[in-house]
Amino acid sequence: MMSSGIQTAAYVFASILFILSLGGLSSIESSKRAVLYGILGMIVAVAATFFGENIEGHIYIILAILSASFIGIVLAQRVKMESMPQLVAILHSFVGLAAVLVGIGSYVESGIEVATATEKTIHLTEVFIGVFIGAITFTGSIVAWGKLEGKISSKALLFRGRHLLNIFLLITCIVLGVLYVSAAHNLGLNYLLIMTLIAGLIGYFLVMAIGGADMPVVVSMLNSYSGWAASSAGFMLGNDLLIITGALVGSSGAILSIIMCKAMNRSFVSVILGGFATVSSSTGTAAAIEGEITSWNHEEVAQALKEAKTIVIVPGYGMAVAKAQYPIYEMVKVLQKNGKSVRFAIHPVAGRLPGHMNVLLAEANVPYDIVMEMDEINDDMPNTDVVMVIGANDIVNPGAEDDPTSPIYGMPVIKAWKAEQVVIMKRSMSAGYAGVENPLFYKPNAQMLYGDAKESVDKILGFIR
Amino acid sequence: MIVGITSESSSTESRVAATPQTVKRLLKQGFEVLIQSKAGERANFSDLQFQNAGAQIVDQAKEVFGKADIILKVNEPTLEEIEMIPSGTVLLCMLKPAQNQDILQKLAEKNISCLSMDTIPRISRAQKMDVLSSMANVAGYRAVIEAAFYFGRFLNGQITAAGKVEPAKVLVIGAGVAGLAAIGAANSLGAIVRAFDTRKEVAEQIQSMGAQFLTIDINEDGATESGYSKEMSEEFIAAEMALFKAQAEEVDIIITTAQIPGREAPKLILDSHVAVMKPGSVIVDLASSSGGNCTLTKDGEIFKTENGVTIIGKLNQLPAQSSQLYGTNLCHMLDDMGKAEHFTIDMNDVVVSRAMVTHAGKVNWPPKSLPVSSAKPQISNSNQEKPQALIKNKQTTSGLSVFVKLGFIGLLLFGLGKVAPAEFMQHFTVFVLAVFIGWQVIWNVSHSLHTPLMAVTNAISGIIVLGGLLQTKDTLSLGGALACIAIFFACINIVGGFFVTQRMLKMFKK
Repeated sequence: MMSSGIQTAAYVFASILFILSLGGLSSIESSKRAVLYGILGMIVAVAATFFGENIEGHIYIILAILSASFIGIVLAQRVKMESMPQLVAILHSFVGLAAVLVGIGSYVESGIEVATATEKTIHLTEVFIGVFIGAITFTGSIVAWGKLEGKISSKALLFRGRHLLNIFLLITCIVLGVLYVSAAHNLGLNYLLIMTLIAGLIGYFLVMAIGGADMPVVVSMLNSYSGWAASSAGFMLGNDLLIITGALVGSSGAILSIIMCKAMNRSFVSVILGGFATVSSSTGTAAAIEGEITSWNHEEVAQALKEAKTIVIVPGYGMAVAKAQYPIYEMVKVLQKNGKSVRFAIHPVAGRLPGHMNVLLAEANVPYDIVMEMDEINDDMPNTDVVMVIGANDIVNPGAEDDPTSPIYGMPVIKAWKAEQVVIMKRSMSAGYAGVENPLFYKPNAQMLYGDAKESVDKILGFIR
Repeated sequence: MIVGITSESSSTESRVAATPQTVKRLLKQGFEVLIQSKAGERANFSDLQFQNAGAQIVDQAKEVFGKADIILKVNEPTLEEIEMIPSGTVLLCMLKPAQNQDILQKLAEKNISCLSMDTIPRISRAQKMDVLSSMANVAGYRAVIEAAFYFGRFLNGQITAAGKVEPAKVLVIGAGVAGLAAIGAANSLGAIVRAFDTRKEVAEQIQSMGAQFLTIDINEDGATESGYSKEMSEEFIAAEMALFKAQAEEVDIIITTAQIPGREAPKLILDSHVAVMKPGSVIVDLASSSGGNCTLTKDGEIFKTENGVTIIGKLNQLPAQSSQLYGTNLCHMLDDMGKAEHFTIDMNDVVVSRAMVTHAGKVNWPPKSLPVSSAKPQISNSNQEKPQALIKNKQTTSGLSVFVKLGFIGLLLFGLGKVAPAEFMQHFTVFVLAVFIGWQVIWNVSHSLHTPLMAVTNAISGIIVLGGLLQTKDTLSLGGALACIAIFFACINIVGGFFVTQRMLKMFKK
């Protein structure tokens, strides 16, 4: 048994470790330590609670932890790096589910032992809010997972009156909340459960309305929610460590959402309320595009690469889908051996998860000092001989810079068109996720190379070897 | 249809209007090709090469002129040559209509349709047949080679066992096609290149070719609608002269390319500038045929001044290369006019109507002016102003609203503190502080680590396991069971999250 004083001390220690862990992610060198801090913090926190006062059912706890750890390890080992977004989304849903269970459990068990009326109201409200956030996170994350996995269409589900419906559902929740706080214990449980279902519906509609390209925002938003859910659980159980950690995670997710929104030049509210479709239909037709689309075959691309001195590769979600990162790095190595400067340009929202491209390239052993951020490399574009755009579209759209009627006007983009020559590898001539025409394809210095990114790169590799 | 090519009658002309390669192209377009014997001799193309390409060789120019429907030439025809051309023939050449009024008249009289390749409007669509660009490209390149030949030193800097070699400094005046080609050539030979142009819009192009853009601190832009530069104010010219003088003392090679259409070339390098140049320096004057940019230039001559500066007013034409480029321009032109099968002279076509200086017995020169430069659309200006105004508005309101917001938050906190029990307020304090710490810490996270960050925060948010731990029961009650399930899911999260982060971070290598 541990005294509550020691337990509090352990909690403070764990909090510090968590903060250090997040702080450690500021650079790649310190990031490896960061994970150790996080693990240590978690062990301290769990141990301090486990050996604390008033803890019952040790045997069940151990069973649950052991079986879950086993599943967790298997899950983490099996996951492919391309599927990271899905894993993160499904893990978020677990936190949401846990928050719901903890909340309902706490309501069932606590009974009416708390002293004053206000204290009781506050406690009940805490439970209610915790369950509410948890339920939204749970269903929202599952929908996000489905969309990322391709089990649900990644198109935004938009129907008339969906805002009204959401508001109606929200009001129903609040009404249920008022009824539940003032109700007798058994009846209150019913209200709580109904509210859980409705909150789940809200989460479902919320994420269904968001298109595939906005997924980085959604995933980070759900990340934020899972933090707030943990935090509110802390309030209802009076546990400061839960509050602190939840708040850390919550603000982290919120910041990531903001960064992602900025990278797409969209307001957070407009992302949450629905996909690009609404935007583009309201602005009408974009400026007409002049010029023709011309394409090259693999040999011509290889020739251009052979003649180039400086090459920049701009990867997008298409690279992840085709798992092209390995042959790409093979190609980069051959080019580097021939004395060419090859770098990668990463747009903040490339892929379906913040930093998605970096992880994929790292998986293929691409050294991170040739992987550049958009802002670092944009000024070098005019001095670049060849830019290869691999499976990316909206993030290299010049319309975002010079066409005020474009739905993505104002979004910062990688200025690929400034280079001497642009080669765009694409599966077909369809528009990007934003559904916006890309004038880049029509530029005289742009050439298309159709086909699966991996196969194309393999073929090019054959020619330049 | 028959396309005919004769040899050039001028003794200084070594180019030819077709090469074996362009002959093949003409045949592909459906033309028959007739070429005068030895037409390509001075450009190093033999009759045999032409024959192998599919052309028919004839001895006399007369025969070519007589049989061909379309005649390709480099320079304007002489009056005797015009006599040999039957009425109704189409002639493609560089006529220089401004200088050759009499020839223009004569061609019109004989009802010969002459398309003057050097008057093709310089619009994007016509770039592939813009001979001025392709010839200027050759001239710019050659200017550097010529200068290097007379310069007598390396152009690039070297550090050798025999001592250090300073790189040569090259000044290019006028950054048109010739100027840019000269910059590129000089740069690739390793020289330090500077370039001057009155048009501010070319600064980017100059820098992109690897030269430093020299400017004058007077806000006057020489760009005009036609794409050429205009003549500048006196004040500007004075500043320009001072700049050139300072540069003349310093640089080793000056290449001038400044020309104003239809007028004498501006005098940019004066006697006094040449006088301060180092002995051994070289001036290449690409405007020599229109009077020269340097006051001392003698057209068609290369000579050395008393202080040892070589001034070049004559350039080798690189006949093989320029013939190839010119021939290709001609092929593109014929391609545009419908090839052999549908060959028509469409006077509604903006390119044809402006270049067709004589047609249907009439002189069609000078044509109406046509704005062609890459003028920026006017609309963009008004559009750019709007967001700026909006931003300003936003800033002023945000200054005010900060106080409103703070006041509002204060009121809320006050209200909360009044009703909430002390214990809740303690937790609340912890919560708010944690949010602030999180806010500060996360902004520092590197972009490339956003995915690991999400995985870590995801694992950490598994801290909700504590909620489960606190609620398990020894006996199997409903609440206890729920808590156990919560622990189970939260733990998957913790272990999975940390494990996968570890896996990801291991991959990041320098």
